[in-house]
Amino acid sequence: MLRYILKRLISLGLSLIAASVVIFIAIEIIPGDAASYMLGLNASPEAVDALREQLGLNQSAVTRYFSWITGLVQGDFGISYTYRVPVAEMVSNRLWVSLPLAAYALALSTVIAFPIGILAASKRGSMADWMVMGGTQLGVAIPNFWFAMLMVQLLAIKYHFFTAGGFPGWDNFWLGLKALTLPAFVLALPQASILARVMRSSLLDTLTEDFMRTARAKGRTRRGALVHHALRNAMIPVLTIIGLQFSFLMAGAIIIEQVFFLPGLGRLIFTAISQRDLIVVESVVMLLVFAVILVTFLVDITYAWVDPRLRRRV
Amino acid sequence: MAAFKMPGFVVGFILAMTFVLAALVSFIWTPFAVDGVDIVNKLHRPDLLNWFGTDHYGRDIFSMLMVGARTSIAVAVVAVGIGMGLGVPLGLAAAAKQGSLLDEIIMRGNDLVFAFPALLIAILITAVAGPSAMNAIIAIGVFNIPVFARLTRGAALSLWTRDFVLSARVAGKTASRISVEHILPNILNLLIVQGTIQFSLGILAEAALSYIGLGAQPPIPSWGRMLADSQTMVSFAPHLALFPGMAIVLTVLGLNLMGDALRDLFDPKIRRNRE
Repeated sequence: MLRYILKRLISLGLSLIAASVVIFIAIEIIPGDAASYMLGLNASPEAVDALREQLGLNQSAVTRYFSWITGLVQGDFGISYTYRVPVAEMVSNRLWVSLPLAAYALALSTVIAFPIGILAASKRGSMADWMVMGGTQLGVAIPNFWFAMLMVQLLAIKYHFFTAGGFPGWDNFWLGLKALTLPAFVLALPQASILARVMRSSLLDTLTEDFMRTARAKGRTRRGALVHHALRNAMIPVLTIIGLQFSFLMAGAIIIEQVFFLPGLGRLIFTAISQRDLIVVESVVMLLVFAVILVTFLVDITYAWVDPRLRRRV
Repeated sequence: MAAFKMPGFVVGFILAMTFVLAALVSFIWTPFAVDGVDIVNKLHRPDLLNWFGTDHYGRDIFSMLMVGARTSIAVAVVAVGIGMGLGVPLGLAAAAKQGSLLDEIIMRGNDLVFAFPALLIAILITAVAGPSAMNAIIAIGVFNIPVFARLTRGAALSLWTRDFVLSARVAGKTASRISVEHILPNILNLLIVQGTIQFSLGILAEAALSYIGLGAQPPIPSWGRMLADSQTMVSFAPHLALFPGMAIVLTVLGLNLMGDALRDLFDPKIRRNRE
């Protein structure tokens, strides 16, 4: 197991390096110079040169890449071109919205999907199964930002169950949680639909395995065999999907933050792009990619833990 | 065709074809012109003249949906084309040279692209080149490449161990000829199913990108942007948001139903579980 983790750690490191190079090059080829953009059209060439010097834009690309990377590793994300405050500070403020939102959505998706998927599989062909399959088909097809608009219209503006947008901060935990509930639910809906379908088909596959018949022959009840034998074996594809969903949730959150006016990473990226604050774009994209790669790594490790057969092949 | 005996496929086919037809017809006819501003008739509720009502510029929503279907379908088709056109050859090559350096490079490259959600790719491209329908296509297309490469490699690997491939090798065929003549025809079913699913994801992605302003730019009508425009008016003109949203849902639903039915048709082992 240790050997396996070590191998996966090395490939994690390599992916991160590759991703950082890709992001750096992408930002590097952007036309337009950050310094002249910041100073506007009427700036004197001397002032632009001075600012370029100050921002370190005069150094070679390789030098800048390494100073960016060493900064990142030490938690120093650079200074925002526009606001003159450390990017790390801007990011960490936003992270306290985006990360809880994604985690909340993932939790909701799991809580909704598991019982539904298990119910559909255990009552296969029934009316309930039929409704789950139809409902999840619809859940996958609905664009979440549209659903969000409709929900805001119905639950916030018409019936005042929720606020229509904005975020009051975490000073009052329950108010903060309440503000994130509708966004998280909307974000979770398509993911829950996918997860429920995967749970169902994965469980159906394991239900036909020989060990299930053995369990029943030993005197396990149908329910007992399902809970103790089938579920654990059905978890592997389900875990894969949960891991994949994390990246969808991070990306989906960027859009949902726009609908609900939440001050998260997504809104930060958008304002940064429009203000040519490239160091912010660079760092936030890197952070999101890092999160995705890290979660994939954790999922792989969890697999190996759930299914020892996977440890052998890397 | 066996597929037309499956109710899911028939429903999906009718839904998807409705929108393809709407897009095609819009080239020669729409009930009203979509590029004219007609402020006098703005924000009409749906009636017999404007079936789905009019927007804040007085443009006919039904006509805009027809033209918007063009954008959605075009973006999704080209994006899936990019994904298949690059992903399938890469997957075939990786499988043909399994375990080689080439295989390793292709698969690690895949993992790398997978780490960038489609939306992040779009954001990066937009930051570099500015928002446009073309950049949305590239972003969704790039995201599709690893999907097809991985699927192709996985399916091709198991085929390479089969006897008919062995006899082709004995007959002296090169790896690339075997890939094209023997492997590809046998994985075509899988590719069609995945293509349908990626097509529907492409439509959703285009809508999302246009909604946040990174996709098709005015004056090209797009379902996603119609939704974005409607956001501030939805409380007094709900029809502005309702119809474009329904168009997206029904198209995606249709494609998914088709994809699921085809998968069941091609793989009887799965059919048993899905019914």
